[in-house]
Parts: sequence; C-alpha cells; structure tokens
Amino acid sequence: MLLYALKRLVYMLPVALGVSLVCFMLVHITPGDPLTAVIPVDASAEVQAEMRAIYGFDKPLPVQYAIWLGKVMLGDLGTSIATGRAVLGEVMRAVGNTLMLAAVATMIGFFFGCLFGFVAGYFRNSPIDRIASLLSVLGVSVPHYWLGMVMVIIFSVQLNWLPATGAGPGGSTDWTWDWVHIRHLILPAITMSVIPMGVIARTVRALVAEILSQEFVHALAAKGLMDRGIFRHVVKNTAPTALAVMGLQLGYLLGGSILIETVFSWPGTGFLLNLAIFQRDLPLLQGTILVLAMFFVMLNLLVDVLQTALDPRIQRG
Amino acid sequence: MAQEPSRLRLTSVFAGVLIAGLASGTALAQGTLRIGMTASDIPLTTGQTDNGGEGMRFMGYTVYDSLINWDMSKFDKPSDLTPGLATSWGTDAADKTKWTFKLRDGVKFHDGSEWTAEVAVWNFEKLLNKDAPQFDPRQSAQGRSRIPAIASYKAVDKLTLEIITKSPDATLPYQLAWIMFSSKAQFEKLKTWDEVAKTPSGTGPWKMAAFVPRERAELVPNADYWDKARVPKLDKLVLIPLPEPNARVAALRSGQVDWIEAPAPDTVASLKSSGFTIITNAYPHNWTWHLSRAEGSPWNDIRIRKAANLAVDREGMKELLSGLMIPATGFFPPGHQWFGNPSFKVKTDLAEAKKLMKEAGYGPDKPLTTKVLISPSGSGQMLPLPMNEFVQQNLAEIGLKIQFEVVEWNTLINIWRAGSKHESSRGGTAMNYSYFIQDPFTGVIRHLQCNLAPPAGTNWGHYCDPEMDKLFDEVRNTFDPAAQTKVMQKIHEKYVDDAIFLMITHDVNPRAMTSKVKGFVQAQNWFQDFSGITMTK
Repeated sequence: MLLYALKRLVYMLPVALGVSLVCFMLVHITPGDPLTAVIPVDASAEVQAEMRAIYGFDKPLPVQYAIWLGKVMLGDLGTSIATGRAVLGEVMRAVGNTLMLAAVATMIGFFFGCLFGFVAGYFRNSPIDRIASLLSVLGVSVPHYWLGMVMVIIFSVQLNWLPATGAGPGGSTDWTWDWVHIRHLILPAITMSVIPMGVIARTVRALVAEILSQEFVHALAAKGLMDRGIFRHVVKNTAPTALAVMGLQLGYLLGGSILIETVFSWPGTGFLLNLAIFQRDLPLLQGTILVLAMFFVMLNLLVDVLQTALDPRIQRG
Repeated sequence: MAQEPSRLRLTSVFAGVLIAGLASGTALAQGTLRIGMTASDIPLTTGQTDNGGEGMRFMGYTVYDSLINWDMSKFDKPSDLTPGLATSWGTDAADKTKWTFKLRDGVKFHDGSEWTAEVAVWNFEKLLNKDAPQFDPRQSAQGRSRIPAIASYKAVDKLTLEIITKSPDATLPYQLAWIMFSSKAQFEKLKTWDEVAKTPSGTGPWKMAAFVPRERAELVPNADYWDKARVPKLDKLVLIPLPEPNARVAALRSGQVDWIEAPAPDTVASLKSSGFTIITNAYPHNWTWHLSRAEGSPWNDIRIRKAANLAVDREGMKELLSGLMIPATGFFPPGHQWFGNPSFKVKTDLAEAKKLMKEAGYGPDKPLTTKVLISPSGSGQMLPLPMNEFVQQNLAEIGLKIQFEVVEWNTLINIWRAGSKHESSRGGTAMNYSYFIQDPFTGVIRHLQCNLAPPAGTNWGHYCDPEMDKLFDEVRNTFDPAAQTKVMQKIHEKYVDDAIFLMITHDVNPRAMTSKVKGFVQAQNWFQDFSGITMTK
C-alpha cells in the first residue's frame, strides 16, 4: 500500500507538468492585456513597455514558461499582477475558504444523498422512491447559480434571515466557528451541496437496489437476520462506492465553484479565478489552476487509499 | 444504527442554534457606513491607487491628499480645483515653465511625521526616478502618465516646492490633482511598499484601520485632519469589494451594506419602492461613439457625422435606462463650465438628419454600411449592448446601417490604444467608449491632438486639425483660470460644431443607499467626500 501511494505521488509530477503547461498556454492565448489591471488605460507606450519588462511579458513565451516553472519548483507561484501580492498566499487563503465551503457542502450532500438513496433503494418503485428520486434528479439538474440567487432572494432579501455575501463581518481572516460566521456559510453551502446530493443519491439508490437483489441478502434473511442487520450489510457494501463518489464530488466542488462563490462573493478559489480571468491576472490564474489541479490529483489518491482500507477486496498497485 | 440517536441530538442542537441565531438578527455599531464597491479588490493602499476613478474615490482622496485637491463640497455645479497640501501656486512671470508651490504648514501624516517640501520631492521620486530606493513600479504605472508635463522638481525650503515643466503648461494643476502623497517616514520604518500597503499613512481625513485583501478595508476618522470642515463624522467607513451587480443589490437589500455603487438600472425602481434612496448627479462622464477619421472612413463627411447626431433618440434611451442618464447636448454635460455656446444643436431631428444623409448620397433606400466596435460590458460602459442596439435602430432610420464587432472589454481597450488604422480595429470606423472628461488633457486633448495618434497617444480616430491643435496650445499657455475656461469653451464649441464624436449620453453616477445614510453631497466629480456623512439609527 505504501509503495502504491509513493508510486502515485511520483506519477503526480508529469501530471503537474502537463497541467502547468496547458494552463500556461491557455491563459496566454486568451485575448487581452495582462497589464490592464496595473496601468491606466491611457498609459503611454513607454510606460506600457516598461511595465511589460518589469513583469517579464516582453520575453518569448517558452522563456516566460521556463522562468515561471523554475520558480514554481521552488514553491514560488509568482506575484499577482493586479494586487502585487504573492500568488501562493492569495491562493492558499482562498483554498482554505473553498475547502471549508466544499467540505461542509459535501457533508450536507453526502448525508442527504445517502438518506435519499437508501430510502429510494430500500423502498424502490414505491411513491417514497419516486419522491426521493425526483429530489435527486432535481439536485443534479437545477443550475446551482440560479438556485443560489433564488436562495438569496428568499432568505436574505425577503426574510432577511441570512447574509447574502461574504465570509463574515470581519472578512475570512477573522473566521471562527460561531454563529455570526456560520450564518455566512449556510446559503452557499446548501446551494453547493445540491449537486453532490443528487449524484450520491442516484448512486446509492442504484447500489442499494442491486445489493438487495443479491443472493447473500436472501441468505441472510433466510438465516433469520432482522431488517436492521441486513441494512448494516447493505451499508457496508455501499460505503466504498459512495465514498469514492463523495471524494470525486469534493474534488469537483474545490475547483468548480466559480459561479456559487461569485453569486455569494465567497472569497474562495472560484471567486479568485473569476477575478483573475477578468483582470487578466495571468500569474494568479496559472497559480490557482495549478494548485487546484494538484488538489484534485491528491484527493483522488486519498480516495483510492481509503477505498482500499475499507474494502480489502480492492487491490491496488 | 447505534449512531442514530447522537445524530438526532446533533441535528436538534444545530436547529436550536439556527433558530436562536435567526431570531437574534444583526447588531451594527452606530456611525458605521458600509459601502459595496464595484471594484473586485481593495484599491492599492500605498498612495497612488489603482482601480481607476473608484480607486481614487475610496482609497485616494480618503486616506491621502494631493497638492491641489478637487472641491467636492457642491452638488449643483461642476467641481473645481481647491488648495490641498499646497496653499498657493503660480508660475514665474519670466519663465512660464517654473512653478512655485507654497506648502501647507503644520500638516502631519497619520504616523505623526511632518509634511514638507522634501517629502513632496521624495514622493515625485517614488513615481519618476527608477533609481530611487522608494521607486514603486505599481504606483509609478498609475501616477506617471498623469503628470506628463513635469521635467524636474526641488525643495526650495521646508515649505516651498519648485516644479519645472517640459514646456509651458497651464494644465499642470489638473495633472497634480491625481498625485497622492505618502509618508516618507512610514516607508522608511516598514522598508517595503508591501508592508506599507498593510498600514498606509497619508495626510487625508481617513486613516486605514484594518485591511483584508479582496474582502474589506476599514477606515476611521483622522481627528487631526488639517481641514476641520472635512473631519469625518462617522465612526467607521467600511469598504467591501462586490464586483457582481446582483450580489451588490442583494447585500444592500439584506442589510449587509448601507450603500452600493452603480446599481443596475433595472433594479432602481424596485429599490426605490423598497425605501432605498437612489442618488444621482451629473459628472464629467461621456458615453460616446469615437469616430475614426482615418482615410476611407465615412465619418470624414461632416454631413454624416451631423446626421448621426441628429438621429439618436436620447429621450427614448433615457426611458430604456429608467432615467439614469443625461441626454448629451455636447461632449461635456449640459451646464458644464466648459460647455460654451456651440451653434450646432445636438438633438433629435430625423427630417434634418435624412436631408443631410441625402446630400451625402445616402438614405434608407441606399444605406451606408459601416462597422462599429463595441463591448458587452466594461468600466463606465453602462449597459453597452442594449444601448448600442438602440442607437443602431435609430441610425437605420436615416440609412446608416451599423454592423457591430463585439469584443471583450480588455480587447476593446487594446484596440483603443492601437488606433483605428491598426489591423486589430478590424475595419471598424467607430468605437463605443466611455470617457473620463474631468480635466483639459483627459477631457479633450488626448482624443484629438495630432501628435497623440497611436502609438504616441490615444487619439484613436487619428483626428488631426491644425486649428484644434492651436486651441490646445492656447489652453496650455493660458495661465489665468478665467481665460483658460474661455479657451476650453472654444474647444468644446468646435467639438460640437464639427460633430467630431457621436454624442449620445452622460452617466449620472448612481448609487443606492438606505435611508439611514444622511448628509452625503454627491459632487459633480468622479471622486466624492465622505466626511459629512452620518448614520441614523
């Protein structure tokens, strides 16, 4: 197992290199001037040329890439053009905020997804199954940015129960797990949880239905095991797959929350990416994408290891 | 299954906390004003701000002062310059390039250090001298282009500063109104601008008390501010970047902020009906079509330029924007001190427009087709897509068939810098662009001076008229403010009479706020004064 984990860690290097190359090329072929954020629109050609030289944009692209990659190897993701602050610090602060939001959303999604999935699978083809399935289909289908806006209109604007934006009254750096801050987390977390909830519910329903139709379940019932005991066996057999799906969903949420974080002005990686794109802040964009990609790879590895630990039948490496 | 009861308990506890919290509501400190900005980050805090006009509004004229400030105390007339860190200034009678500034005595930075001519020189070095230890590329990029006239500077004595310009230039005071002065002592104490950014020190009416990048900045009053009339009355001013328009409105409606910049026009009616106040005023902003005068451009024919100006239904557009615009009657807003008395009246007159088009050889039966560059969004661009489509329909009525080349805002800026003759303009003969028109250079000169055609400057349309250049020289050489105003009026009259631009509308700088906000006077300026504001309970 340890050898397998180490191997996977080594495999991350070419993945990281590929990701860095792709994201570097992608952000450089998009139209727009990366210096827009730091110079006035009517800055003279001389000032523009000087700033281009200061930020290294006057060099050929392969040279720019090599310089950037060299710094990345040393743990320096560069400096944000728009803010002048270190990209690593900006990204890690945002990652912390997104991780918190994504973890809470995944927990909500996992809890309700499993609940709806088990209920639907256990009572398959009944009205309860249809209601649970309908909820899970809605979860997968509803555009979450739209849901976010609706939630804001209902709970922030109309009822004035929960705040519409931000990560707390003093900003995310002051975050503590008290009600004043948690209330900022509720709407984005619920909005974000809807998709994993739907995906997990559908997966679990299918698994439960399949497991319940297997011979060992009939054998357990024939041996006189009560429903509660059978249910425990079903849960154990469902857990590895549900966990794998949850891990993947957490990965998606870490990188795919641009719309939700923008709707709620949540200072996470999605919000940061959105700003970086519109400001043409290339170092920030490159750094954020690279860190997110690495998170995704790490998360996959973690899920694989966990799956193996939970189900010894799964052999890795 | 054994875990069920504990999960239930946890759920109950969580529900209890939720209900208790919902019931408690939010408590706010009295006298705190929270503003939702359109900027996506806290503007650069070290002195010379970024984020355009909004940066100067919230982090420039709040924390810092200029030698010459803008007077932002009046609602009913355009802002003019007023003494700031300099109490008086003037040129040498024999040498109009030599300016002497008498500096305000007794002014202190927030860190307690003294404002002197030596500090003023240190600040110019910060922007203009790459070899100076305090040179800051970020501030330099923002400030250097604003003071093109300056050749050199020196401290004559503790409170006398001398500036030499490259050539006589009476617009220097306007240029200097862009330059914010940071504390030398604070930089020397903290060693780097990155550190200064966290605890900046200016001489302005507000001091920065807290700063979370991209999330919030808190300003508190500078009780020792030299202008006692501008010592803030609030306890605290909180700045929150909220670039997404819907998020801004939601934050206002849910009580997270007390004030938002630039509410979308389609939200104004509902905000008003919910008891929010919408404040607007004229200010030096222009939403226009910048016409190309390159060879082959149809806009070289004055009849077509005038016809287009007479075809635009500005009142109809005002309705489209829920009233949030001032119909253009010239390049400057109506009532502006530089408006003058143009003979060509910018209004809607379809019959006259059609007549002019016919004289030029075109009409609805024989349309003239041309391409216009527009963007789907952008700073100061208001609602560019519906507004441009509205103009397109208006012009179609007189036989001007407009095809749009829609490009992203940053791309449009690059095309604007490159000029209409550049291949990036893709054959476009006009460009929809919003202009900051607050001073003679940014207001008029940069658009039309012959030697400012790209790449030397931003005369996008390659306009060149020696008569106009002569007027620009005159404004630079007229040092008496009243006489300078007369020259500016002559320039504007020529702008309008020659119909150099398609003059469409001016923004009204809308902001929405709760009824608790009292005492705000919205100046006819891109920058504003927050000192007189109070919050009622």
